[in-house]
Amino acid sequence: MSGAVTDVLVVGASAAGLATAEALRRKGFTGSLCLVGEEPHAPYDRPPLSKKVLTGQWTAEQAALRPPEVIAALDADVVLGARASGVDTAAAEVELEDGRRLGYGHLVIATGLVPRVLPAFAGLAGVHTLRTVEDTAALRADLLAAREVVVLGAGVLGCEIAATARALGLRTTMVDPAPLPMVAQVGAEVGGFLADLHRDQGVEVLTGTKAHAPVVADGRVTGVVTSAGTLDADVVVVAIGSTPATGWLADSGLGIDDGVVCDSRCRAAENVWAVGDVARWHHEGWDRSARMENRTNATEQALAVAGNILGADRAYTPVPYFWTDQHGVRVQVHGDLLGGPLRVVDGDPRDRKFVAVAERDGAVVGVVGWNSAKGVRTARQLITADHR
Amino acid sequence: MKVEIEEFKCVGAGHCVVAAPEVFDQRDDDGVVILLDADPPEHEHENTREAAQLCPAAAILLLEKATST
Ligand SMILES: Cc1cc2nc3c(=O)[nH]c(=O)nc-3n(C[C@H](O)[C@H](O)[C@H](O)COP(=O)(O)OP(=O)(O)OC[C@H]3O[C@@H](n4cnc5c(N)ncnc54)[C@H](O)[C@@H]3O)c2cc1C
Ligand code: SF4
Repeated sequence: MSGAVTDVLVVGASAAGLATAEALRRKGFTGSLCLVGEEPHAPYDRPPLSKKVLTGQWTAEQAALRPPEVIAALDADVVLGARASGVDTAAAEVELEDGRRLGYGHLVIATGLVPRVLPAFAGLAGVHTLRTVEDTAALRADLLAAREVVVLGAGVLGCEIAATARALGLRTTMVDPAPLPMVAQVGAEVGGFLADLHRDQGVEVLTGTKAHAPVVADGRVTGVVTSAGTLDADVVVVAIGSTPATGWLADSGLGIDDGVVCDSRCRAAENVWAVGDVARWHHEGWDRSARMENRTNATEQALAVAGNILGADRAYTPVPYFWTDQHGVRVQVHGDLLGGPLRVVDGDPRDRKFVAVAERDGAVVGVVGWNSAKGVRTARQLITADHR
Repeated sequence: MKVEIEEFKCVGAGHCVVAAPEVFDQRDDDGVVILLDADPPEHEHENTREAAQLCPAAAILLLEKATST
């Protein structure tokens, strides 16, 4: 393939990369398209991994993003199991780990995130992170043989894994130095509701607690030493966040600062774009840089990038949206819940079915709903344009 | 164009309803998608494609070759 030049080369063949390719075709792009992905699998979706794939309700195959015939219809060269190791922007070439060089007209960087690890826990049997289908299979196998699990991190992912572990019948403890679960994403009030939900479902919630070190026997984790004492554990899940997968861009000359730094068009350099979890761009509506780690951003930003590659020259100014499923409750969040005090507009948090809005200066800046999909969608329209 | 939904995948985000309200709705109780029109007319095709692309659960499948009559 040496010497080949594609009009658009997408590196990272997951939600954001695939959506960019799809959006280009839908907008009428007829040039050549190449999608390079490190994972050997056809593009698949990650949100089910911590939910129904981990419980076993779904097979891993059910998490495929598109059926094979839809991917084939993209008329793209899909190169899987191939890791990009560098980019030469002057020559407009991406280098793959196996030595192949791929020329491009436009490069789209869609390499997502890598989970953070705790060095003291790294490499021990029984310790897991969760990002890929392989991670999910390994964690599930260990959970099925375990009695007690400690989840380090009470962010969105940690909360979901703790809920799933409870559903599998394990004694489950969640540990986080923050005062409440998901407090950075949803604020203190909803964080408090979540702590209650987890405790009601039998999860031990140790917030305000630091994990210090693993307890190890024969290379396998058997517990965790924390500031609240030592916890027994057959399995430890490290869910303390992720960092953008930009290692392969270290010598590229592109701006890297907790993500690939882009302008308001999601452009990192002439003919180089970034999309999805890896992209840090200038959000014109907020007048500051932003990076989002959620599924909806992957597709919405892909639409924006595809449009801009084709000359739309439009700023990307989304209202963030994410959902999470925990203990049978679906939580949906639009906008910024930390932006102001909450007001319940429908239902009652005690019933675990409600819609609330966050307001600042009399305007709605965020919406949260529990088990209220339609109500959330309606309330979302209250987020006014100038608070986007 | 034929539209299919994989209901089991739907996460009730409602992006499809916003993009193509003539083609999709959501159930009142759990927000799961309701397909209103499995064979939408020509003027709804672009909205429907937008909905399929925006769906964060990849739950909407379009079969473009089938022509609507
Ligand atoms: C377990 C889990 C549960 C989640 N649940 C939710 C949820 O409920 N709601 C929600 O809104 N969001 C959720 N998310 C977040 C959502 O899945 C992400 O926002 C989304 O996957 C981002 O897509 P992406 O394409 O930008 O990145 P990724 O999905 O990370 O894809 C990046 C791809 O690039 C590949 N790659 C990396 N480096 C290279 C390289 N050098 N060369 C070639 N390929 C490379 C990777 O192997 C990967 O396949 C969840 C994420 C996880 C992990
Ligand atoms: S956009 Fe997708 S996930 Fe959301 S309601 Fe429609 S089908 Fe369901």
